[in-house]
Amino acid sequence: MAAVEMRLPVARKRLAQGLPRGAGEGDRDLVAPGDTITTDPGYMRGHGTYMDNEKLVASVAGVVERVNKLVCVKALKTRYNGEVGDIVVGRITEVQQKRWKVETNSRLDSVLLLSSMNLPGGELRRRSAEDELAMRDYLQEGDLISAEVQAVFSDGAVSLHTRSLKYGKLGQGVLVQVSPSLVKRQKTHFHDLPCGASVILGNNGFTWIYPTPEQKDEEAGGFITNLEPVPLPDREVISRLRNCILALVAQKLMLYDTSILYCYEASLPHQIKDLLKPEVMEEIVLQTRQRLLELEG
Amino acid sequence: MAGLELLSEQGFRLDGRRAGELRQLRARMGVFAQADGSAYLEQGNTKALAVVYGPHELRGSRGKAPHAQALVNCQYSMATFSTAERKRRPHGDRASAEMSLHLKQTFEAALLTRLFPRSQIDIYVQILQADGGNYCAAVNAATLALLDAGIPMRDYVCACSAGFLEDTALADLNYVEEAAGGPQLALALLPQAQHIALLELNARLHQDHLPRVLDAATQACRHLHALLDRVVREHLRDAAALLGK
Repeated sequence: MAAVEMRLPVARKRLAQGLPRGAGEGDRDLVAPGDTITTDPGYMRGHGTYMDNEKLVASVAGVVERVNKLVCVKALKTRYNGEVGDIVVGRITEVQQKRWKVETNSRLDSVLLLSSMNLPGGELRRRSAEDELAMRDYLQEGDLISAEVQAVFSDGAVSLHTRSLKYGKLGQGVLVQVSPSLVKRQKTHFHDLPCGASVILGNNGFTWIYPTPEQKDEEAGGFITNLEPVPLPDREVISRLRNCILALVAQKLMLYDTSILYCYEASLPHQIKDLLKPEVMEEIVLQTRQRLLELEG
Repeated sequence: MAGLELLSEQGFRLDGRRAGELRQLRARMGVFAQADGSAYLEQGNTKALAVVYGPHELRGSRGKAPHAQALVNCQYSMATFSTAERKRRPHGDRASAEMSLHLKQTFEAALLTRLFPRSQIDIYVQILQADGGNYCAAVNAATLALLDAGIPMRDYVCACSAGFLEDTALADLNYVEEAAGGPQLALALLPQAQHIALLELNARLHQDHLPRVLDAATQACRHLHALLDRVVREHLRDAAALLGK
């Protein structure tokens, strides 16, 4: 007879309760749409603001950021704004002539040009009509890829490239979608964690957890995926990492290799499925927070 | 008036409010993780849930899309259990379609759609419990959801209804007052600039009375703005503290 677990509804806890508030000054920088930021005509209008009768008015709810004469309002949660050099994880939505459309949680679908990827086998040549016909053999609708942002167009759309053996089609693993603002910008977004799995922390908030590949001879150009069954211990590590990332996101802690690893270590006393319980989430994230603070200070 | 006295001699309404008083407002932002923005709002017994996706790539037919600005797609629906009489509403309910159109007009006036050419913003609102002022609750909930999604807009959009009874303008009508059949005015206002996003009047009202009813609705919208602003700032402060900013 299996025991059934039950829980009663409780009042929602305020997440920020235990945290120190920015002593008095935090409030001043928070604005909501329609709030006048300044009436001084010397300032320049940045993102999240608009001019209305010579007044600079906020158009999103968020934090005011000033850089010299430029005033921006940064919303706490938005879609992904591409920047050149970002690592992203995305899903192919459409195969067009000479390009793929990729969903990257951006305002417009990103494009991956046929000419900005390595051909399987690493051959370097102009792309011919045959290559165009074979595009679906490389990447189909629904495939996940990792890529780097090559250019950002004026309308905010992003052009991607996979001209490195690091990037390409993703095989077996787990995708976790988080808010882009929770991914910390770092030198590298590919991490082989010592717990036995690897993660790609896309700047666009798409996080890919996969078993660490044994040998890194990717002469296939990252388009042949390994379909051998992943052993159970690896799968358990991956699921644990996934639940840890969900816990970190639920408590709004920044995602980077150290925070994920600390959270993973804090989660070890618990069963994997228990990590989805709010109280366990809270506990392990609290431990993670403390260890991170110790590391800093 | 037989039986039901909508406005007592002492100036109280059926639910004990004064003529210009609002119902209790409770709201929460960010109720769903997967959507770009979401909000839940209660105005008295009227409860609404709003979800926003976007701006994202245009889905479906590109023919009707505006050229240099975002397409605003609104869908208004009522839960089967939202009214006293249980009613299954399959898609294409006339009243809901009209309401969707009203919502679309309202938010096209408030959103800075020109910033997002070739994209689409989806706003889905569902009424979970209908007790009058459904349009207003839908607009207020959608505003909070849009703010949560970080989509640029000129100002808050605050909506409130008003009616006219026994030479008095009543703000924020509940279901009983609406059902009584008097004139009913719905106003969606951008409060700081005092721009009207949508104004609708049902039933006949003498021209001389219109300014008073409009004033009552405007005043109510201003109050609502203060209340919504408080919810937003509380949410912002929490989120900012968590992110360590």
